[in-house]
Amino acid sequence: MHHEISGLSNDCPTVKNILLLDSEGKRVAVRYYSDDWPTNAAKLAYEKSVFTKTQKTNARAEAEIIILENRIVVYRFVQDLHFFVTGEDDENELMLATVLQGFFDGVTLVLRNNVDLREALENLDLILLCFDEIVDRGIVLETDGSIIAGKVASHSIDDNSPLSEQTISQALAAAREHLTRSLLR
Amino acid sequence: MAQPLVKKDDDRDEEADYSPFLGIEKGAVLQEARVFHDPQLDARRCSQVITKLLYLLNQGETLTKIEATEVFFAVTKLFQSKDIGLRRMVYLMIKELSPSADEVIIVTSSLMKDMNSRTDLFRANAIRVLCRITDGTLLAQIERYLKQAIVDKNPVVASAALVSGIHLLQTNPEIVKRWSNEVQEAVQSRAALVQFHALALLHQIRQNDRLAVNKLVASLTKGTVRSPLAQCLLIRYISQVIKESSFNSQAGERPFYDYLEGCLRHKAEVVIFEAARAITELSNVTTRELTPAITVLQLFLSSSKPVLRFAALRTLNKVAMTHPMAVTNCNIDMESLISDQNRSIATLAITTLLKTGNESSVDRLMKQITNFMSDIADEFKIVVVEAIRSLCLKFPLKYRSLMNFLSNILREEGGFEYKKAIVDSIVILIRDIPDAKESGLLHLCEFIEDCEFTYLSTQILHFLGNEGPKTSDPSKYIRYIYNRVILENATVRASAVSTLAKFGAMVDSLKPRIFVLLRRCVFDNDDEVRDRATLYLNTLGDGSVAETEKDVKEFLFGSLDIPLTNMETSLKNYIQDPTEEPFDINSVPKEVKSQSLAEKKAPGKKPAASSTPAAAPTSAADAYERLLSSIPEFASFGKLFKSSIPVELTEAETEYSVNVVKHIYDSHVVFQYNCTNTIPEQLLENVTVIVDASDAEEFSEVGTKPLRSLPYDTPGQTFVAFEKPEGVPAVGKFSNVLRFTVKEVDPTTGEAEDDGVEDEYQLEDFEVVAADYILKVGVSNFKNAWESLGPDGERIDEYGLGPRESLAEAVSTVINLLGMQPCEGTEVVPSNSRSHTCLLSGIYIGNVKVLVRLSFGIDGAKEVAMKLAVRSENENVSEAIHEIVASG
Repeated sequence: MHHEISGLSNDCPTVKNILLLDSEGKRVAVRYYSDDWPTNAAKLAYEKSVFTKTQKTNARAEAEIIILENRIVVYRFVQDLHFFVTGEDDENELMLATVLQGFFDGVTLVLRNNVDLREALENLDLILLCFDEIVDRGIVLETDGSIIAGKVASHSIDDNSPLSEQTISQALAAAREHLTRSLLR
Repeated sequence: MAQPLVKKDDDRDEEADYSPFLGIEKGAVLQEARVFHDPQLDARRCSQVITKLLYLLNQGETLTKIEATEVFFAVTKLFQSKDIGLRRMVYLMIKELSPSADEVIIVTSSLMKDMNSRTDLFRANAIRVLCRITDGTLLAQIERYLKQAIVDKNPVVASAALVSGIHLLQTNPEIVKRWSNEVQEAVQSRAALVQFHALALLHQIRQNDRLAVNKLVASLTKGTVRSPLAQCLLIRYISQVIKESSFNSQAGERPFYDYLEGCLRHKAEVVIFEAARAITELSNVTTRELTPAITVLQLFLSSSKPVLRFAALRTLNKVAMTHPMAVTNCNIDMESLISDQNRSIATLAITTLLKTGNESSVDRLMKQITNFMSDIADEFKIVVVEAIRSLCLKFPLKYRSLMNFLSNILREEGGFEYKKAIVDSIVILIRDIPDAKESGLLHLCEFIEDCEFTYLSTQILHFLGNEGPKTSDPSKYIRYIYNRVILENATVRASAVSTLAKFGAMVDSLKPRIFVLLRRCVFDNDDEVRDRATLYLNTLGDGSVAETEKDVKEFLFGSLDIPLTNMETSLKNYIQDPTEEPFDINSVPKEVKSQSLAEKKAPGKKPAASSTPAAAPTSAADAYERLLSSIPEFASFGKLFKSSIPVELTEAETEYSVNVVKHIYDSHVVFQYNCTNTIPEQLLENVTVIVDASDAEEFSEVGTKPLRSLPYDTPGQTFVAFEKPEGVPAVGKFSNVLRFTVKEVDPTTGEAEDDGVEDEYQLEDFEVVAADYILKVGVSNFKNAWESLGPDGERIDEYGLGPRESLAEAVSTVINLLGMQPCEGTEVVPSNSRSHTCLLSGIYIGNVKVLVRLSFGIDGAKEVAMKLAVRSENENVSEAIHEIVASG
């Protein structure tokens, strides 16, 4: 796995990594956009640390936030999946939360609300395409979950039930409702 | 949707650990990749294989060069398929493989075809892939399409081109800068994200042109900004414009302030926050300017979203450091956040309150914190301890309750770092608040009765030895110290013996009792403890070789003016080469070694606590000394006095990267040029640096040592030596040209061609400055050292430094100019202070100890004046220091 480094000027909002881990802290899919972690071992160590430090928190209804090794991490959990976005210490926290929300919504949509580890692994190609549409080498490409999912899913033309732009908004509504219901339960 | 990669089991619920990638293995997947060569491509199958490969790479698996090339060529076959899903995976795979230049050529035509496809997604993705893997030459070919793409009707395509432009600007600025007109047009786009990306690119293209940036910012503040992200960018640019404008807060309205304030009413929270933060960070922000920003941040504090509460609180915490009064309105909101579920928020709330609270609220706050401490992690506790320390220094009258708090938490469970933070805080309070001394020392004594950390015990014993004898009743500490001799490990016992000796030396009435105790220590089973006891018994006058009282005190309390790490290395070397000669302490280098890069990078969040000097980790000086002494031409130059830190002579990311280290000898200097060749297709031979010293009159070149061969990415050194007048701090400017023979290297075989071409490469100039002749050598007790040098070699003068950005900037400029070691943390200027004293120490060439006391003052117009007092063993050296400042 190689890096996607870019020497960007400081004022452009940037993301250092996006992580999708399972409930044991194992990688489902990760993307690094910074040379802060030059080796796979360094990356694994970071993932372990992020996972352990956030494990006990309740990040299910709302995105949570923590400062770790002088970086900001925003995160959210659903079922057995843990979503993380890491940024610079002085990055606008809400900007990172917006990226996390886009990532989260996008994945929810391409997995058609069945957001769990098994579904994520079975559709790993779509998850990887989501990563690709959210951030390009550290620069935020898109933060709207339905647009991200639309770009990812528009390729499944030969599928029986394509996820067109129209059904996206329905799916997003369904996703929100689903989430609310699962919270009320 | 994509199909599962392996057939689903019928009863998936029973098999919880099911994963489509279970047992997947690289070799097998590479075998499977043969389907890419099938004449009848099965798009779905191929997608699955790519997904498996991407999965493996994402898990940290790597492909060998050969494997990667094979996969790459196989993947390029897949462009034959029209399947959209497969094409997307092909794009991902190509990006992941980051092909080499000659491989890129293979896919270029396919990608260029896709760049002109009617499918928007193809266009967008092909642009991103091609720009990612391309080099400069290819870029010129596709430039026309990229310019078109920037103004493409489809926002995805436009964004793809703009974001690629942002990346390409780093490597091919001259090409990207030609796209200004198109980018300018894209800034007006109705698509939100396109505007964001266009703005980012346009600003980067123009960032060195202040006028153009001002114009861009001004026009955007009048127009419409559609995306919150673009709005955030604009706010950042405005902050820079304000910072660079010569605005004077006394003179009236700050430019663009109204606009920032307007952003506080934006509908997107991310924008409101960005604007509020920007206002709080304005330099010399007034209370009136701050108020609206604080008001919105206060609203965020009661948000249901943790991220929002955290962001607002973190900003308020920073404001509280400089404008505590402005934040007091939020105190009630912050107090309710002490019980926030998110511990980061709770800790921020506490520490902010500690900064904004007034003297009367201290006791109430401390009560709340006591409940809170038990259920937070050590790292947060440390933050709280540091906040309490500064609170105590702010309200010295409250020391009793704060010191009690510290001593209580010192007794509770906790890790080393946490305990150390507490001990450091108590030590600082004892030093700064005289009234707190006796109770503080007793708290420390009680702590060492039951302390599991040897390091902390010895630190406290050392401190006790210096402070205890000066208290009203020194005898009450003896029991605690002697208990250590009975109960602890050898390291602590040895420290306790030294501490006892200090009491004996300072307090005559205790001397006889100390002798009794020390005599018992002579029977200790540890060598070091016994040796120390015997030594102290003799020096204190119990034995035959009684010393004078002054010598005894010097011996016990005087500091070693040699960095301990240097001492350690020298002793290790001494032991390695057995010799009859005794170890000579004067042979130990006195320079404080510069911190390693890794340490410098870590932002200094915590102020260096107490008197413990920062460890000097690297031994660059030793490495230099070894390297230089191995070169016969330089062997006759004598002892190396100082090596500078590397000075870069090339910009980052150029073909050849060169920096220089200046090695100073008594009558010579040697320039060590560290060269790196960053072009894989080149081998450099016979590398030298041609130095023009016409602006350095006192120097004459005496020799060079060329570098025979400089292959790609393997750093090498070439040297040039100069003679200069002996012991004189000669200065001058040197211009440099890198000269070499370049040979082409075949990248596939790695072999160089036989014939090379002579070539030159212009490097930047550098100077030998006065600071190169001063070693950074710290003293642990500046006051003692200052007094011991006496007023004879003292020279005092005053200087006007003109208008400066800030007091801190003036202080650091002078420190850098002199190249001396700041002592006792005096290099840190508290914000908003109007005067500051800075203490420096160093060794001047010729091994002369120099101490400097700098007193700075700043007035309303930011004019800085400085009084410079220099003491040294040689008054000429004191003069020379003044000379440096006068001519700097």
